[in-house]
Amino acid sequence: MGGGVNAAARLARPASALLAPVLLIAAWQAAISLGLADGGIWASPAAVVRAAREAVAEGDLAGDLLASLQRDLAGLALGIPLGLATGLALGLSRAAGRLFNPSLTAIRQVALFSWVPVISVWLGNDEPAKIAFIAFAVFFPVMLATQQGVRGVDPKYLEVAVILNMRPSQTLRAIILPAALPAALSGIHLALIYGWLATIGAEYLFSAGPGIGSELMTARAQFRMDQVIVGMLLIAGIGMMFTQAAGAAERRLLRARGLA
Amino acid sequence: MTAAWPTRAGGAVLITAAVPLALLALWQAAVSAGAASPLVLPAPAEVLTALRDMLGDGTLTAGLGISLRRAATGFAVGALAGLGLGALMGLSGVADAALRPLFMGLLNVPVLAWIPLLMIPLGIGETLKYVAISIAAFSATLLHTTRALRQVPPALIEVGTIYRLTWQQRLVHILLPAAFPGVFTGLRLGLTQAWQSLVVVELVASTDGIGYLSVWARQMFRLDQMFAVMIVIGLVGFALDRVLRAAETRLARQWGGA
Repeated sequence: MGGGVNAAARLARPASALLAPVLLIAAWQAAISLGLADGGIWASPAAVVRAAREAVAEGDLAGDLLASLQRDLAGLALGIPLGLATGLALGLSRAAGRLFNPSLTAIRQVALFSWVPVISVWLGNDEPAKIAFIAFAVFFPVMLATQQGVRGVDPKYLEVAVILNMRPSQTLRAIILPAALPAALSGIHLALIYGWLATIGAEYLFSAGPGIGSELMTARAQFRMDQVIVGMLLIAGIGMMFTQAAGAAERRLLRARGLA
Repeated sequence: MTAAWPTRAGGAVLITAAVPLALLALWQAAVSAGAASPLVLPAPAEVLTALRDMLGDGTLTAGLGISLRRAATGFAVGALAGLGLGALMGLSGVADAALRPLFMGLLNVPVLAWIPLLMIPLGIGETLKYVAISIAAFSATLLHTTRALRQVPPALIEVGTIYRLTWQQRLVHILLPAAFPGVFTGLRLGLTQAWQSLVVVELVASTDGIGYLSVWARQMFRLDQMFAVMIVIGLVGFALDRVLRAAETRLARQWGGA
């Protein structure tokens, strides 16, 4: 921001930013308090706050959150290395890329969640199936980004390697990997977003167990809109945190390597 | 171009087709030899037969018809709302300042998380699908329309000022052509996400449509049908994306945008 922004405008910004959300919440509360909307179905903001407080006090929320995050982490730990390795291999070898890319592209065309029924036949309905689904979801963005990163290495750098008589392993370590890093990181960034969505989806569609997604479905079946909204906000919040954290880590790592 | 290099192009096609064909052959051989149970992995031939049967008796076309109608309606509603609000927020600083925090906050809630909430008042009826799909289309369209209009280069806007263009002239001749590529990307992503959300909502809460066909096949342990349905879902997704990409290139050329 330039120095010309005056103090009044700076103060007005957060105020106007809060205006619409505050009005919306007030109207929502008023509609229920005045009996315009059925409080039995539509939870009021006050009820949502109460549900959040109860869930925190009882500790259910923390347990479910932990279960979901663990699951997500397991899927990421499986899918990201696989994606990096495959992307690297397909990027380095033109022949491998030609051979396997068409099949991988075809697989990627099928909407992610339509794999759930198939995975449930192969791996059952429990933890292994959920983790495999999450890993599958994060594999593709990482693989594609890494492959593009490796392919996109500036030929000039590769010529340097030739001139310096570098061994292939040296070229890989000193030139290709650093040059492909930004793309691979943006793939991992996407993987964090996909992984979290896949976690919630897996908890909806596979067997019920501890987890935010399963909890959300239970609350829905009991018509507890207050609890559903708490879960929904939590899912959005965690997703935002992942995005922010990944963005910050990405910038930091790139800056440390003098790439950004 | 390819005609000049017939052998080379032919070779590329062969290499491209090699792995899928080899996989298919291996898959068919494994099932034929009894190495994989058809209850776990149906042979490609069985999947093709299932596909033909489901097309023949109309289950597939009926299910696909229902799903396409849902996707089209949801997309139309969501994209129109996203374009309208995106134009408002992209063109008016006041509207942007007032509405951005609310909507950008809401956009952080994935469609997946909206579904249970929507199911309470809407049940699992048609409205649920329309609303869920339109949220998906709305998010992508709103985000990209606002951004595209905000990112019109100031130099172009100055040209409008210098030539003393009216507000409408500036909109038609400067802002819309400059923002067009971004807006269209939003529409294309919106359609892709509408299709993905359709599959999700039909898996979670539906009694018909293409996603439900897959759930039903799962319950009947008809893996051949499940794979057939997945092929159709993949083909439709691919076709939707391809058509919009082609339209994007052609329209961009016509509008003189980049």
